[in-house]
Amino acid sequence: MKFDTPATTNPIDQLKIIGKPTDRIDGPLKTTGKAPYAYERHEVVPNQAYGYVIGAAIAKGRIIAIDLADAKASPGVLAIVTAENAGTLNKGRFNTAKLLGGPEIEHYHQAIAVVVAETFEQARAAAALVKVDYARGKGRFDLAAAKDTASPPPENEFSGKPDTAVGDFAAAFTAAPVRLDATYTTPDQSHAMMEPHASIAAWQGDKLTLWTSNQMINWGKGDVARTLGIPKENVRLDSPYLGGGFGGKLFVRADAILAALGAKAAKRPVKVALARPLMANNTTHRPATIQRIRIGATRDGKITAIGHEGWSGDLPGGGPETAVNQTRMLYAAPNRMTATRLAVLDLPEGNAMRAPGEAPGLMALEVAMDEMAEKLGMDPVEFRILNDTQVDPEQPGRRFSQRRLVECLKTGAERFGWDKRAKPGSRREGRWLVGMGVAAAFRNNLLTKSAARVRLDDKGVVTVETDMTDIGTGTYTIIAQTAAETMGLPLDKVMVRLGDSDFPVSCGSGGQWGANNSTAGVYAACMKLREAVAQKLGFNTAEAVFTDGQVRAGNRSVALREAARGGEVVAEDFIEYGDLDKKYQQSTFASHFVEAAVDAFTGEIRIRRMLAICAAGRILNPKAARSQVIGAMTMGAGAALMEELAVDKRFGFFVNHDLAGYEVPVHADIPHQEVIFLDETDPMSSPMKAKGVGELGICGVGAAVANAIYNATGVRVRNYPITLDKLLDKLPDVA
Amino acid sequence: MKSFTYERADAPAEAAAAAMRTPGSRFIAGGTNLLDLMKLEIETPAHLIDVNRLALDKIEPMSDGGLRIGALVRNTDLAADARVRRDYALLSRALLAGASGQLRNRATTAGNLLQRTRCPYFYDTNQPCNKRTPGSGCAAIGGFNRTLAVIGASEACIATHPSDMAVAMRALDATIETVRPDGKTRTVAIVDFYRAPGSTPHLETALEPGELITAVTLPKPVGGTHIYHKVRDRASYAFALISVGAIIQRDGSGRVALGGVAYKPWRVEAAEAEMPRGARAVTTALLAGAKPTHENAFKLLLVERTLSAALAQARA
Repeated sequence: MKFDTPATTNPIDQLKIIGKPTDRIDGPLKTTGKAPYAYERHEVVPNQAYGYVIGAAIAKGRIIAIDLADAKASPGVLAIVTAENAGTLNKGRFNTAKLLGGPEIEHYHQAIAVVVAETFEQARAAAALVKVDYARGKGRFDLAAAKDTASPPPENEFSGKPDTAVGDFAAAFTAAPVRLDATYTTPDQSHAMMEPHASIAAWQGDKLTLWTSNQMINWGKGDVARTLGIPKENVRLDSPYLGGGFGGKLFVRADAILAALGAKAAKRPVKVALARPLMANNTTHRPATIQRIRIGATRDGKITAIGHEGWSGDLPGGGPETAVNQTRMLYAAPNRMTATRLAVLDLPEGNAMRAPGEAPGLMALEVAMDEMAEKLGMDPVEFRILNDTQVDPEQPGRRFSQRRLVECLKTGAERFGWDKRAKPGSRREGRWLVGMGVAAAFRNNLLTKSAARVRLDDKGVVTVETDMTDIGTGTYTIIAQTAAETMGLPLDKVMVRLGDSDFPVSCGSGGQWGANNSTAGVYAACMKLREAVAQKLGFNTAEAVFTDGQVRAGNRSVALREAARGGEVVAEDFIEYGDLDKKYQQSTFASHFVEAAVDAFTGEIRIRRMLAICAAGRILNPKAARSQVIGAMTMGAGAALMEELAVDKRFGFFVNHDLAGYEVPVHADIPHQEVIFLDETDPMSSPMKAKGVGELGICGVGAAVANAIYNATGVRVRNYPITLDKLLDKLPDVA
Repeated sequence: MKSFTYERADAPAEAAAAAMRTPGSRFIAGGTNLLDLMKLEIETPAHLIDVNRLALDKIEPMSDGGLRIGALVRNTDLAADARVRRDYALLSRALLAGASGQLRNRATTAGNLLQRTRCPYFYDTNQPCNKRTPGSGCAAIGGFNRTLAVIGASEACIATHPSDMAVAMRALDATIETVRPDGKTRTVAIVDFYRAPGSTPHLETALEPGELITAVTLPKPVGGTHIYHKVRDRASYAFALISVGAIIQRDGSGRVALGGVAYKPWRVEAAEAEMPRGARAVTTALLAGAKPTHENAFKLLLVERTLSAALAQARA
């Protein structure tokens, strides 16, 4: 199905099942421990051995020698794979550094070996006996020091242009009567998902099956084949359940490749999970940024010039954190510029983490907007509303398909009691300094081809098959809702099978594009199934109504299952897109409101209330969408207050590489969270008229927290995370 | 984890003797720290002596009005004990500020005292660490040391002791009872229990080889307002940046012990004479001679302000 004209009324608009708060259909499996996650798939293949990954002890340099003698002689050891005996390995299209390093070492904890043994304990014990002699090289580990060496990165499908300019930013900024020029930093962050990267590999001849935990099955299948130098059709990935990904499992990582290599060497199936202390440095992370923002405005608050420059670093050949990109779209201004610069660093590989670009970008931009509003003596909500735009500011002929940011801000202000916000540092409750903050949120809506197959059996059950993944987001449920709505069935007559590369290729889970595209693909397949069913039952497709398990037209009504009496009816289709996303800018919007309290003595920060108002097209399952947004708000709170991979700039690694050192919010950090979805449909997005919320939910949260802390204390912190040591010496005297 | 042998001891003296018999032995009780360290091969005992059945799990009143806490009393049970909550509230509050419910259910009184540092370089076996590998150097000095010691450290080690419980024990003048391999018992005041790192940071306590903690005793209650304020980067389940354990009397006198600043719970009795003059005076005396790093200098001000909060709370 090609989607190239705005959606009109279609079966989804019945909203009998779509749009209703719906429990996860996979919930009982998860709560009873029966959902098969990669490492626990004991039944898929017998005789599984255990692989333990060894990470490099240096950040940059080379291995002079590896002594495997003691490890090989250790009890239970079956095989040890290193770069020396692994055969030729290529680099995946989505990998920056090699997944099996040696003799060159590109980053700390880069995998250099996998030890395979009968038991996990034997593999781990033997791994500790591997002796490696390194020659340490000189690396670049300090973004601030490397900033001046940064250059414009090449444009790719995700990064956008490194430089944009409209009007004469420099002149307009200089001429503006009110100006802000501020620099902000965000640290490296770790995905810290609950389930570590894990894979079980088994070879049958030259065919490889990987039971794994991966967000993008087709990318993964391609990169496994490419890395191992085998045909893509010889690789099968199966990833029905993921214990979180956040972008950390968009790509094939060392667990999958080393399980495959270990299985080949040991001549039996091998399972590999990355140990938690290895994950922060071995896998990808969200890169740190330095961001300079300049805003010039008239005295009555109209922005005349807006400029955003962002610096980040990555390994050679890597990509930038595109922190400036939302600034191209978010506010009106006749003169504007953005610049993205990338430095070479020898820290572990940077890559996508939940709302790459916007998450750190809005942490800076939306504090800058708060600072600017204060300079202007304006309410920050009013300042944002005044500078709203309904068109792409770089291409004014191009409208937003839907843009209700103003309504998000107004609704939020009213619901939150924004009018009770006091002057900075002026509201005190006992020992607590209390303040409110606001931020706008913006994240694009991306359209990507997505396919599915649907089968109708003689019991009237429709089974959906697609390689789409559910990374904890609720994909199973919205796909079931889509099929049920389209086929006129109750939810329990739909089965959903996901994550298998033998199924039709979907959009996968990333960039908050999963919900809209994958369900649109399922909708397309179901519409084809309706045609086939109508034909079998002798209905005119255009007249047939699918409802209550029946197909009806005029006075005639036949049970849907009758169509499958002579055998399954199968249909497969995909959604693909025309140029509606070129003609219209498609984005999602939100406002975030936060109340925070700061201990006047100790600087301890406690968030008291959080509210998000989201405008993100049709909300397919309000219950799951709310879970997505409150989870993202929690992650945003972590980014604001505590999350930071601490860089050792001498040795070039993230020091706090476990969950004791890398702190994420616990329950006690997160207060009441409220989420409101504006009633919206976006006919430009797909037949579903939906968009995504999983990344929108984190965008702007950090800035709203930062602005609330400023309002509470009068102390502006421009370097995240906002830990108490950054406030302490500026708080009121208490001695 | 390296393979090890295991035995279960039935009597304290027998456990101590067993530890002397088998070189490379370690006692194991709750295992909440030791097992993690064994998995990372930071600890590589050849032999474990399980002391869980030693019947050292009672909390008993003493004739002098104090309390004897068995070495194996779990943190949860100690924090919940009615006498502890009434007479030694500081101890109960410090315990509840530490770890999680699940860990406190396993962790024991003696094991809590013997926790090892949470310095991230100690935990990464690729990095030099004088505490883990004597003579290898200290990566924390000059590295990421925001959470580490500001006082009492040496050029070999700037690790902190992570315990909350020990801070309360120090403020309460606890005494540690032990049994040695020869069956003789002795007592060590908590002030003498932890060894300064000096050039041998791997030697952490006054315990001799094979010596087993059997109990911790507290003197009779001292009254006052008991405050344990633990300051950390998140609201729960994190080690302290600093903590202040304070017992403040109505006349403004009192006691203060600190966590998160040194290799041991930090208390300077002489500094407590400054209590009536306020938090700044006390902190100046308490942390005299502190040598913070550029990353953790904030801890000095944080101690002062947290103590100030405690004093304000006690006045209220």
